[in-house]
Formats: sequence, structure tokens, C-alpha cells
Amino acid sequence: MNLLIGTFTIGCILSLLALGVFISFRIFAFPDITADGSITLGASVAATLMVHGTSPTLASLAAFVAGMLAGACTGTLYTRFKINSLLSGILVMTSLYSINLHIMGKSNVPLLSVTTLATQSERIGIRLMRGATSFNLAGWEVSVRDAAVLGAVALAVALTGVLLYLFLRTNLGMAMRATGDNVQMIRALGVNDANMIVFGVAISNGLVALSGALLAQYQGFADVGMGIGMVVWGLASVIIGEALVGTNQLGLTIVGAVMGSVLFRLLVAVALRWGLSPNDLKLITAVFVFCALVVPQFLRKKRLVGSAHA
Amino acid sequence: MLEVRAVSKTFSPGTPNQVRSLRGVSLELAEGSWVIIIGTNGSGKSTLLNAVAGTFWVDDGNIRLAGRDVTRWPEHARATLIGRVFQNPFSGTSPGLSIQENLSLAARRGLARGLGWGLKLSLLARMRDEVGRLNMGLEDRMENAIGSLSGGQRQALTLLMATWLRPELLLLDEHTAALDPKSADLVIALTEQVILRDNLTTLMVTHSMHQAANLGDRLIMMHRGQIIHDFQGAEKRRLRPDDLLARFEEVRRAEQLDESAAQMLAEQYV
Repeated sequence: MNLLIGTFTIGCILSLLALGVFISFRIFAFPDITADGSITLGASVAATLMVHGTSPTLASLAAFVAGMLAGACTGTLYTRFKINSLLSGILVMTSLYSINLHIMGKSNVPLLSVTTLATQSERIGIRLMRGATSFNLAGWEVSVRDAAVLGAVALAVALTGVLLYLFLRTNLGMAMRATGDNVQMIRALGVNDANMIVFGVAISNGLVALSGALLAQYQGFADVGMGIGMVVWGLASVIIGEALVGTNQLGLTIVGAVMGSVLFRLLVAVALRWGLSPNDLKLITAVFVFCALVVPQFLRKKRLVGSAHA
Repeated sequence: MLEVRAVSKTFSPGTPNQVRSLRGVSLELAEGSWVIIIGTNGSGKSTLLNAVAGTFWVDDGNIRLAGRDVTRWPEHARATLIGRVFQNPFSGTSPGLSIQENLSLAARRGLARGLGWGLKLSLLARMRDEVGRLNMGLEDRMENAIGSLSGGQRQALTLLMATWLRPELLLLDEHTAALDPKSADLVIALTEQVILRDNLTTLMVTHSMHQAANLGDRLIMMHRGQIIHDFQGAEKRRLRPDDLLARFEEVRRAEQLDESAAQMLAEQYV
């Protein structure tokens, strides 16, 4: 049961990553791999600040802002300097590796004796349960700490999702969506599309960094290598989410990305339980995304051939 | 209102693909005039429209619009003054957004876009009203994605969007060329209606001699990046599609003459 709760918690935390990837890949059709660097950036900024005594909430917000800056760099390289979108992301991601080491001062910052959002929600949970450290849920023994952290994370994700939905329906948010949809039209309506892309990629990476900050607080450390392959992870979540909701309605796609992230984490946990070596995890994820991208194409072609024969 | 002075544009200069699309074009539009542009393929008529819209910057000459020199304004800045409808019905709308979201984007053309709610109730009511006036039954499908509509419907909506805020200048680039005849007639009727109602200054490129003869109060014929005819007033009103076809034939014959003459010279002297 505790394993299940842990899985849900990480799935929820990484759904912020999925929302970030959703913004760049789906709304802007911008293949942004800065996320690999900015998730670590979020973790290292938050961890370092907390070690130096900043409140966890403030540290997480700072991580969000740092991620936005990283995203703005990528967007600027792409729009102002006309560098290919993938390369812009690679350049920023690579430089973030050094920057993250500078921020942390070493390759790993432990958060064991530091107040984090996790320890805070644990304290609140235990106070709510009047001092008990575990309770009984339908016959399962559940630790209050785990349940409280999951509740706090789910709340944070729900809040972020709602805010994102509302934002994408403001004048600015709609202009951003239209920029990814039809640049010619949005220019003809007087919108500076370059600014929209910079801002959009910034928000995307802000969410990714926030996800990194929460992940570091949950697992109790920030590590310079924790971001490797995270873009693919986020993309897998988004793809699963789209399959789950099966529509391109804005609100549902946001819910789908969150559900996709949790479900994907669940699948991974089951696979690991069945004896999949953790070393193969990234390979399996990449193969999964490959299949998710290719299979629909393949089916469509097959259907076309089929109808041609008919 | 619009002043185009000695504008030139060469694409891919210095390469074998060099094209001199505009060669010193000058044109002045009075407030409220509706100018039709016709011309052969590659005559520079769409290039002229794009030069005014700011899709690219011209090599030479300058462009003034509503009393301002916009020659070095980027495209999105000129959009404050200009409403546009493109040839491709898919170019003017955002397919993933709903009808009402597209319209609300147009309702802030050239204005600041902040965190204000995009779909205000008062705006929604006016949208339903205006869309209902298109007589396409779209007013009950305001939340549908525009991508699900036909080309004619999308072009009618694009026209509505381009003129939602009264533009100083309306640019129509063969906006019915990609439509079936019935939709084209409908869009032309809507075009005429809105231009006359709001007294819009309009520059309209068309491939249809019928439209060219029947619409607008001035007609410009372009060929090889230059304006070769400019019919105004009574002369424009007298023009019939056959007259225009005759002019095109004239141009064609002049060219053939040039070619055969060049060939003759080449044979005799080279």
C-alpha cells in the first residue's frame, strides 16, 4: 500500500513536468529538451535555498522562476538568434549542467535534516490525525506521512492545473495557443509571435523546474544527474494522457496529462516489481514513446491501403 | 490613406533564382476607396499586398499608412492598422481554437493582451449576433473548433475577424480563389456588404474578371512587377470582363512580339 501511495505521489509530482512538456510540445509544437536541465535546475535551486534556511514554499517558487529564466533563454536563442529549436534546447540544457553544479557546489545535496514541503505536510497530517503515525484504510496500514505528502502534492497539482487552464483562456493565453496553431493568423492579428514563444517556453520550463523542486523535497535530495531522459518521460505521459481522454478539448487535455503521468508511473512501478532492471528504464521509456509515435501512423497507412483495395 | 512610393523588391538577389517581383511601384489610395488588383501569374500583385502588410521589408521606396511611415514596421505592428484575409482559407483562423476564441482574438487585434478573461459575456453576445448575420447556422456552434468548418465558412469568419475592429486598410488576397463557386459568391456578397457598410479602404487582389469588373471603384492591372493600367471613376465603371480579357491578350501579344523579335535578332546577328 505504501508503495502504491509513493507511486501516486511521484506520478503527481512528475505531472507538473508533463504539463510543461504539454505546453512546449503540444501547444507550441516546439520540441524543447531544455526540460532535462531545468528539472534539475529546479531541484538544485530549491535544495540549496532550503539548506541555507529559506522556507520550502519560497524555495519552490524560486525554482519556478529559475526554470522560467532557463526557458526564456531557449526561446530567445530560437526566436532572436534563429537557432534550430532542438539545438537551442540542447545548448541551454548543456550549460545548465554546469550551472546546476555551481548552484549546489557539489553533485548532490541531501535534504535529510532540512524542513521541506514534505516534512511540513507530514507535520500537518499528524496534527490532523491527533498524533497517530499510521491509520487503517480498508484493511491496509497506511502511514500518515505518506498520505499527507500525497494529499499535499495532489492539491498542488490540482491548483496548478486549474491555474494553467484559466491562464490559457485569458487574452494572453489564447494568443499563445493560437501562436502554436497558426503563426500567420496571429501575426495578422497584431501579436508578436516571438514574444509568445519565449514566454510559453518560459512557463513550460517553470513548471518543469517546480516539478524538480517538489521531487527533490520528496526524495530528500537533489542530484545533478536526476534530469536525464525526463523530456521523454514527460512526453510519454502526455501521449498516454491523450489516449486516455481522446479529445483535444483544453481542460480535458490538461487532466489527461496529469492522469497520463500517474498511470505511466504506475506502469513503471509494476514493471519494476516484476523484475525489470532499473537500468533498462530509460530504454523502455524511449521505446514506448517510439511506438506511441509510430503505431498511429502505421495504422493510418494500413487503413488507407485497406480502403484503396476495397 | 495608403501611400506606396517607388517600392521595389527582389527575391533571392544575386542567385539564378533571382526574381524582381516589384519594380518601382507607386500607388496612392484615398480614404474609403476600394481598389481591385488584377494581373498575370507572377505579376507581383500578391507581393504588393504582402509588402503593404509587412510580410517582408521592401528593398527600396517607402510605405505610408494612415499618416505614418510604416516602411520599417514589423508585420505584427502593422496589424494594428490592417485587417487581412488570405487566399488559403486555413491561413486566417486557428483550427484548434473554437469559433468564439478565434473571434475574441480578433476583437483585440493590435491591442495589448493581458490576463483579462478572453470570453466576456458582452463580447459573446455580440459574437453570436454577428456570426448569426452570416446566415451559416454557425451561431449555435460557437464552441466548436474552427478546424471542423468548411473553407467557405472559415473564410467568412476570417472576413468577420479582419473587420471586427475597423481596420484603416483591408487587404484581400484572392480570398475566394480556393472556394467552390457557391461559397465564393457568398463570401463576395459579405465582402461587399462590410466594405460599403464601414466605408473601408480596401486593396483586393482577384483572379476573377467578373469580380474585377463588378466590384470596387478603381482597378489596377499589374504585369512583371509594374502597374501597367489604372482605371478610375467612369472609366472603371464602364469596364466589362471582356475588356479586361482584351487587355490581357494585348499584354500577351506584346510579349510574344518581344520574344520573336529577340529570336530573329539572335538568328541574324549571333
